[in-house]
Amino acid sequence: MAAITASVYTSHVPAIGAALDLGKSGEPYWQKVFAGYEFSKRWLKDNTPDVIFLVYNDHANAFSLDLIPTFAIGCAPEFAIADEGWGPRPVPKVIGHPELAAHIAQSVIQDDFDLTVVNRMPVDHGLTVPLSLMCGQPEKWPCPVIPFAVNVVQYPVPSGRRCFNLGRAIRKAVASFDAPLKVQVWGTGGMSHQLQGPRAGLINREWDNAFLDRLIADPAGLSQMPHIDYVREAGSEGIELVMWLIARGAMGDESGPGTPRVAHRFYHVPASNTAVGHLILENT
Amino acid sequence: MALDKPYKDIPGTTIFDAEQSRLGFHLNQFCMSLMQAENRARFKADERAYLDEWPMSEEQKQAVLARDLNWCIRLGGNIYFLAKIGATDGKSFQQMAGSMTGMTEEEYRDMMISGGRSIQGNRRLGEDGSAQPHRQPQGKSNPKAGA
Repeated sequence: MAAITASVYTSHVPAIGAALDLGKSGEPYWQKVFAGYEFSKRWLKDNTPDVIFLVYNDHANAFSLDLIPTFAIGCAPEFAIADEGWGPRPVPKVIGHPELAAHIAQSVIQDDFDLTVVNRMPVDHGLTVPLSLMCGQPEKWPCPVIPFAVNVVQYPVPSGRRCFNLGRAIRKAVASFDAPLKVQVWGTGGMSHQLQGPRAGLINREWDNAFLDRLIADPAGLSQMPHIDYVREAGSEGIELVMWLIARGAMGDESGPGTPRVAHRFYHVPASNTAVGHLILENT
Repeated sequence: MALDKPYKDIPGTTIFDAEQSRLGFHLNQFCMSLMQAENRARFKADERAYLDEWPMSEEQKQAVLARDLNWCIRLGGNIYFLAKIGATDGKSFQQMAGSMTGMTEEEYRDMMISGGRSIQGNRRLGEDGSAQPHRQPQGKSNPKAGA
């Protein structure tokens, strides 16, 4: 049977991808960001899963206003890299895992989460920047990836509670897949940032760190936090953090493993407009 | 009964909800069209003519021509869509975000390097933080911005 072995949480700031792609990662400004991922790259090499289930959001690239799915699961064999207007990032295409993705879709939809099944979509920086942060610049990504896109662009986005419960349903789905796969669930986006209006540039270091504390120790309580707290305290784009609760719900503490082990924790301001937060949690 | 929209009292912030999305539908879809190189070239060659192909309001077209992102957002634009105009102009997200504050590019970048904008005074309208309406535009060249 397949099992979830660990979860990874990270911001997915586009400028981080640009810094790597343009060879600026050695500059002091960016070194402070990448230094926080040195451990993580070694950790991923030592703990390469068979599949990464990667929770992210599309930023008006695969989805325009024609279609706004709240939860979309990528079931294709592969996914092209989106041209977001600056040209596609020079990174490997993303290989999917159609069998596991279809299995999760079937299980989770029957658990009352109405996923949109997507058989063709380009993936943007929300998905590729976390891969770059965790893998560096390889010829190909270390394993197949199931893209799972959450609408956090048009309000209302799904609640933290719903995201947390969806994570639990994903855990259950993975556990019933009849192959001995090690699966990691990654939650991406955030932390505090606001990209619009006179309040642009908002950062809330204290709130972010409290979020990390609660995500580790009290995720069920954290999942009750209403949208308005994210928006008011962490900025209009800080609401991306609800996606971390999907990965956290998938750790399934209450179903047996208990509170996961914190393998790594990192926080830094700024990367462009954004506070960078990063956690690795392991099921022991 | 009206829907509860508690986010209306956050200063300097427009939440892109279903109402804004409806207002800005054609503006945002115009922005999406700029993801194609051919459309970027046509837009750059004659911005007004390209905009006239879209059923946008005259005010939305003026806001795009002026590259006034706050104005675009008031008219239903969303930053991730508007970013396609920035990409067409060769601007980064930081340059775009900074342009909405009134600060120079350098002032905004320095604010971010020093830890970003403080939440103090910027949670609710009526407080006295840097994002409040009575302190716009921001930046050293503007006396209203304060310390």
